[in-house]
Amino acid sequence: MVTIPIEIQILFAASLFLLGLIGLLVRRNIIFMLMSIEVMFNSAGLVFIIAGSRWGQTDGQVMFIFILAVAAAEVSVGLALILQMFHHYKTLDADELSKLRDSKNDS
Amino acid sequence: MNTIFYIAALVALVSTALAISGRNAIHALLFLIVSLLSISVIFFILGAPFIAALEVIVYAGAIMVLFIFVIMMLNVGLEKEMENKWLRPGMWILPSILAFILLIDFLSMLRSMNYREIRGQIILPKQVGISLFTTYLLGVEISAMLLLAGIVGAYHLGRQKKKVIHRFLEKIEETHAEAPDTNL
Repeated sequence: MVTIPIEIQILFAASLFLLGLIGLLVRRNIIFMLMSIEVMFNSAGLVFIIAGSRWGQTDGQVMFIFILAVAAAEVSVGLALILQMFHHYKTLDADELSKLRDSKNDS
Repeated sequence: MNTIFYIAALVALVSTALAISGRNAIHALLFLIVSLLSISVIFFILGAPFIAALEVIVYAGAIMVLFIFVIMMLNVGLEKEMENKWLRPGMWILPSILAFILLIDFLSMLRSMNYREIRGQIILPKQVGISLFTTYLLGVEISAMLLLAGIVGAYHLGRQKKKVIHRFLEKIEETHAEAPDTNL
């Protein structure tokens, strides 16, 4: 079995989460934003698996299955929303959807 | 085993960084699939073979196919110049190198597999299933309702509404669409 210290495994999951967060903040293409959310879901599940293998319990894997169900539901609704957005605005740029922005405070 | 973990972690980090920084959505999806496969290798190393299989089947199989369907439907970034670029090696050489590293990982792990050592901490699918359907039965039913809500929501949102062809309605929509520009 692996003898890697758990700190390094958690560090790996945290850096993966950080990459997803950077992608979510930097990219404006909404498909890339949804993909970054998937990366973040995945790294959160990775922490569950690491903890489950550290203590030899099945709860971590059960939680990962739940995360998988949540990610599947989220991505189906999100992709339907992207389709509607493309039909209405003919673009995938998230900054184009600025109808709710308060234009008075915009400097 | 340790070196396999480090190699797979490196592949996952590199391919995720390439996925979120890519220009083309399909290439980014390819890198994301490689990243998911390497995370599945890590799950297998950590003693969760069932989750490793689920990661490949559900994430890399189902969810990524959904992404690919939507990108193909929207037809984003596919101009005629793209078709000439499809045959260039720069498009597929990097994902295939990363996937090849994973294949070497897999083969070397199969060669050096020592079942006695692993058996201590591995968590088999049977235990996961027993825990899932006894302790967490309520969670299973709640996630079933969540998936049903996801199906209904995706059907409702993704349905193409019938377009009303009418001169006056079109004019009204145009004026509404142009109105925010005057505010700015």
